[in-house]
Amino acid sequence: MSKKMINLVIDEIKTTVPEGTLLLEAAKSENVKIPTLCYHEDLCIAGNCRVCVVEVKGWNTLLAACATPAMEGMVVYTNSPLVRRARRDILALLISEHSTQCTTCYRSTNCELQDLAAEYNIDNEIYINLLKDKIFTVDRTSWAIEKDESKCIRCQRCVRTCAELQKVNALDVINKGAEMKIATFFDMAMSDVVCTNCGQCINRCPTGALTERRYIDEIWDAIGDPTKHVIVQTAPAVRVALGEMLGYEPGVRVTGKMVTALKRIGFDSVLDTDFSADLTIVEEGHELLQRLKRKLVDQEDIALPLMTSCSPAWIKFIEHLYPDYLDHLSTCKSPQQMFGAIAKTYYAEKKELDPKDIVNVSVMPCSAKKFEANRMEMKDSGYPDIDLVCTTRELGHMIRQSGINFKELPNSKYDKFMGESTGAAVIFGVTGGVMEAALRTAYEIVTGREVPFEGLNITPVRGMEGIREATIKLEKVLPDWSFLEGVELRVAVAHGLTNAAQIMDNIVIGESPYHFIEIMGCPGGCIGGGGQPIPTNEEIRRKRTEAIYTEDEKMKIRKSHENPEIIKLYEEFLGTPLGEISHKLLHTKYTRRERV
Amino acid sequence: MRKRESAVKNAVVKYGKERKNLLPILQEVKQIKNYLSRSDISEIGAEMGLSSAHVYGVASFYHFINLTEQGQNIIWVCKTISCYMKGSNDIMMALEERLKIKIGETTSDGKFTLLQTNCIGWCHKGPAMLVNDEPYTDLTPENVVQIIDSYYKK
Amino acid sequence: MTKQKLKRVDLIFSKEYSCDKILATSLKKPKEEIIQMLMDSGLKGRGGAGFPTGLKWKMAAAEKSKRKYVICNADEGEPGTFKDREILDQVALKVLGGMALCAYVIGAREGFLYLRYEYRFLIPKLEKILDTFHKWMEDYDLDFTVKLFIGGGAYICGEETSLIESMEGKRGEPRNKPPYPTQEGYLGKPTVVNNVETLVYTLMIMRIGADEFKSMGIEGSSGSKVFSISGDTPKAGIYELELGMTLDDFVKEFGDGDTKSVQVGGASGFCVPRKRFKEIHIGYQGGLKGFSIPTGGSMMLFNSSRSMYNVLHNYLVFFEEESCGQCTPCRVGCQQLLKGVEAVKRGEKNQKYLNDLLRLAETMKITAKCGLGQSVANSFSSIVENFREEMIY
Repeated sequence: MSKKMINLVIDEIKTTVPEGTLLLEAAKSENVKIPTLCYHEDLCIAGNCRVCVVEVKGWNTLLAACATPAMEGMVVYTNSPLVRRARRDILALLISEHSTQCTTCYRSTNCELQDLAAEYNIDNEIYINLLKDKIFTVDRTSWAIEKDESKCIRCQRCVRTCAELQKVNALDVINKGAEMKIATFFDMAMSDVVCTNCGQCINRCPTGALTERRYIDEIWDAIGDPTKHVIVQTAPAVRVALGEMLGYEPGVRVTGKMVTALKRIGFDSVLDTDFSADLTIVEEGHELLQRLKRKLVDQEDIALPLMTSCSPAWIKFIEHLYPDYLDHLSTCKSPQQMFGAIAKTYYAEKKELDPKDIVNVSVMPCSAKKFEANRMEMKDSGYPDIDLVCTTRELGHMIRQSGINFKELPNSKYDKFMGESTGAAVIFGVTGGVMEAALRTAYEIVTGREVPFEGLNITPVRGMEGIREATIKLEKVLPDWSFLEGVELRVAVAHGLTNAAQIMDNIVIGESPYHFIEIMGCPGGCIGGGGQPIPTNEEIRRKRTEAIYTEDEKMKIRKSHENPEIIKLYEEFLGTPLGEISHKLLHTKYTRRERV
Repeated sequence: MRKRESAVKNAVVKYGKERKNLLPILQEVKQIKNYLSRSDISEIGAEMGLSSAHVYGVASFYHFINLTEQGQNIIWVCKTISCYMKGSNDIMMALEERLKIKIGETTSDGKFTLLQTNCIGWCHKGPAMLVNDEPYTDLTPENVVQIIDSYYKK
Repeated sequence: MTKQKLKRVDLIFSKEYSCDKILATSLKKPKEEIIQMLMDSGLKGRGGAGFPTGLKWKMAAAEKSKRKYVICNADEGEPGTFKDREILDQVALKVLGGMALCAYVIGAREGFLYLRYEYRFLIPKLEKILDTFHKWMEDYDLDFTVKLFIGGGAYICGEETSLIESMEGKRGEPRNKPPYPTQEGYLGKPTVVNNVETLVYTLMIMRIGADEFKSMGIEGSSGSKVFSISGDTPKAGIYELELGMTLDDFVKEFGDGDTKSVQVGGASGFCVPRKRFKEIHIGYQGGLKGFSIPTGGSMMLFNSSRSMYNVLHNYLVFFEEESCGQCTPCRVGCQQLLKGVEAVKRGEKNQKYLNDLLRLAETMKITAKCGLGQSVANSFSSIVENFREEMIY
C-alpha cells in the first residue's frame, strides 16, 4: 500500500515525503536539524516545549515541527530571523525557571538544555529568575533515583515514559499555570510510591532533573581502604555501552578495555556477572522443570507460567501492581545478588577472606539494581549480598576521573574465579536472552541434545517486538523426563513494563497459554536500561543488541551448564541445583506493595 | 471510613469505569465530602484502572476539585477585574472580619472555608461570590454579613 | 467600508417565534441547504475565535463516521463575559434547538452541554428543559439526546480541544492541531464544538434567512451579537447589538462620560484607548492594528479613575493561574510578564525592560500552543503601549 506523497519546500530545498510525515522528520531527511527538547522518538508527540517552532509561509503563527504534519505546498523556514528569535526567547524562558548551576550538575556537558543554550548564545539572564520565589526540593529518598525539581523544564518526557513505556505512572503532571509541575502522588517521597526504579525517565530527561543516586564517592572510599577486599562485577550489557561514555560510537564492544580500566582503578578483583547469570540459568532451568513435574506428574496446584526474576524493575512492578501473582515469579535471585551471595561465602572461603572485609561493587546498566541491592532480604549469608551499585554512566565518570586514556588501553581478561562466562550469559543483556539461555540449557537437560536451532541461535525469541512467543516440542526425552514427552513448551518474552502488564492481564483472566515467560523491565532489555549512557534510542538499542549477539557468537562456550566454574561450584559448594545451600543463598521471596 | 469508601464506589457504579467518566466521578465524591482525600483519589484510581498519581494530576488541574479538607460551606469570592473594580477587596475584608479567618482558611467550627476564584460570570452585578453552588451578587460589606448569617441560621 | 451605527437587535431573547416551530421546519430542509444558509449568512463563532460556523458543520458533515458528537461550549470563562449564562437561563431551548439542528446536519446522535462549574445553579432548570427537549426529539423523530457535562473550574477548557480532553477524563490541556475536532474530536470521533450563542444564531438564521442576517453588521462581520457590558458604566448588563459599530458610538451609549479605555474581548482581548474610539469597530477582522476588533462579547469600560497598571496586573494574575502550564511560552511567559511589570513598577527593573516584555509577548503570540497563550499579548501589548507611563509611575 503506497502512501500519498506530499511536496514541500524546506529552507529552499524541494522535498517529497509520505503523507503524515512530521515537519521535523521531513527536515531531518534533508539534513536540516531542528532543535527539540520535549520530543523523543520513543514517546508520543507532546509539542509543548516549542523549541522546534518553524515559520510556514501563510501562517500567522510559527508551528511546532514535531507536531505538524507536512502538507502539500508548504514553504517552511527553519532558520529565519523570526524563528531564531522565538527559539532564543523560549530557551531564555526555560532557563529562567531552571537552576543554572551547571558546574555542580551531574548532567553538565550531557544536557540538552545546556547544549541549546550554548548553540543559541543565551549569554545573559534576559528574564527574571523565577526560582528565587519558589521552594524546591531535591528528593533523595529513593535508593535509585534523585529528583531535583529546580532543574525540571516540564517537557513531560518522564511522564510519558512512565505512562507509555512502563505503564507505571509514578510521575505525573500536577496543578496548572505557574504551579504546574511533575510530581508523584500528592508529592510523596519517591521511595514511597509505585516507582519501579527502572530509570527510563532518567534516560530520557533532557536535563539533570532526574538522575540516578550516585555512589561514586563510596566506591572510591572502599577502593582506598586497605582493609577492604573490593570486588567488582560487571553486567553483560555494560560492555556494549560503556564505550559511548568514553568516545566510542554506539555498538562497540569494550569488554577487554573495561576490565583493564577496572584493574587500574584499583579493584582487588574484577569479575563477571556473566558467571552468576549462568548460575541463574542452571537454577531457574531446574525450577522450571521442577514446576512442570509438580504440575503435570504430581498434580499440585503450582503457579504457571513461571516468570523470570532477573529484572528488579519488573519485580517491583509486579509487587505493586499484581501482588496476587507473586507465586508466578521464579524464586531465583537475580545474577547480581547471586553473585554477591556466592562472593561472600564460597569465594571468601577459597580466598581465605573474612566476608565482612569484602565489598561487593557491581556495575549495572540499571538504576533499579541499586534498590535491589538494598532490599532487606538480600543478606542470606549474614552480610549484604551487594554493597554498592553504580551504573554504566557512573563507571564512565570514574574512568574519566582516574585519568585513564580508555581508548589506548590494552585488553585483559576477567580474574578467576567467578570471571568465567558463556555466550548464554552474555545475552542476558538483551530482551529474549534469558529465555534463549534457559532453553539452551533446559532442552539439553530434558533431551540430552542441543536445542534444534542453527548455531544455537533461537531466533524466534530474538527481536524488538514488545511481546514475542515461541513453541518448542519436546521429543525423545531422556527417561527421567518421560512426562514431558511430546509436550509443546510454550514460552513468551516481553520487554518494557507496558508489555509486561499485557502479559499479566492475560494471566489474571486465566488466558495465558505459556509455561515460561521472560520479562525485562526496560525496552530492549538491559542494553536499554535506565543506567545506560544517554541518549538511548531505538537505533542505539539496536546497535548494542547486535554487539551482544556478536559477543555471544565469539564465545567458546555458549551454554550456561557448560561453564566450568559453575560445574566446579556445584561440585565443591552447592551440591545440586535447588539444593539446600542454593535455597538458602540463591533464592528469595517477594513482598506485596501498595499501588500509590 | 465506611461512608467515604461507599462514596467512591457508588460514584464509579453510577457513572461507569470508563476513563471519560473521571471528572463526573471526582465531582460527585467532592459534592458529597466537600473535598477528595488521598485515599479517595487512590481508590478512584484503583476502581478505574488508573494510577493514583494520574488521578491526582487530573484532579489538581481543576479549581473546584478540592484536595484538602474544607468547611461545610465554601465561599468563593470573585477576584477578577470587574468585581475587583467594584470593591471585591472590601467584601473579602468584611468576610474575613465576620468569619475571623483569612483567605484559604476554615472557621474553627468547620462551617465555612473562605477562598477566591476567577471570573464567575456576574461582572455586571459585581462584586459577586459563590457560596457552594449559589451565586450572590451586588455584594456590599453589609449584605455579605447577612448572607453569612443566613447560613448560620440554616 | 460602511459605518454601522449602534443598533439594538432582538433575536436571541425574542419570544416572538417558538423555537420548536423553527426547528420542525428546519429539520425538513435538506442538510446541504442548511449548511449553505449558514455559509451565506456569514455567521462566525460567537465564543471569540470567530471560525465560520457553516464551514465547521460542513467539515464535520463530510466525515465518514458512525459516531459524531455535538458539544455546546458553555464554559464561559473569559473575564467580563456572562452572556451565555443569561442565554441558558432564559432561552435554553433555543440553544438545544441549535444543537439538534447541528446534529441533524452532521449526523450526530449524542450531544453534550458543557456547563462551567460556576453555573451549577442552572442544573435543575436545565435538566427540566432537557426533558422537554427530548420529548420534542421524539416528536420530530430525530434520534438525538443531550447530556449535561459539568466542568471542573478551568478557564482553558473553553478552548475546544481542552474541553474535549476534560470530557475524556484528562487534564484540560489543548491538543496539537491538526487533527481538528471536526476530524477527531471527542473520543476520537468527528465533533462540532459551538458556543452557546452561536447555536442560537444558527436557529435564528433558519428563521429570518441568511440574507436578513447578513444585512446586519459589516463586511466580514455580519449579523448581531450579544454583548456583556461591565465596568465603569451606568448600563451594565446584556445587550444584543449589530456588529460593526464604532467604539465611539458604543461609548456614547454605554460610557459614564469619562471613559478612558475599553477592553474589548476580555482579558484575552484588546484595550482600546480613548484616542482610537472613532476608528475602531467591533468585528472579526484585524486586531488592534486593523480595522476592527473581535470579541466573544466582553466589553469592559474603564474611566479615568482607574489605574491601567492594576487592570493589567489583574489580567496577568489571571493568566498566570489559568494557563494550563504545558507549553513554555505560556507557562513561563505569563509568569515573566507578571513579575516583569511588578519589577518595573517597583523600580527594580529599568523601564526599558517593558520593551523586552513587549517582545516576549510577541513571541508568545506566535509560539504558544493554543489561543490562550497566543492572546495574552493582546491585552499586555495594548495596555503597555497605550498606557506606558501608568506602568512606570
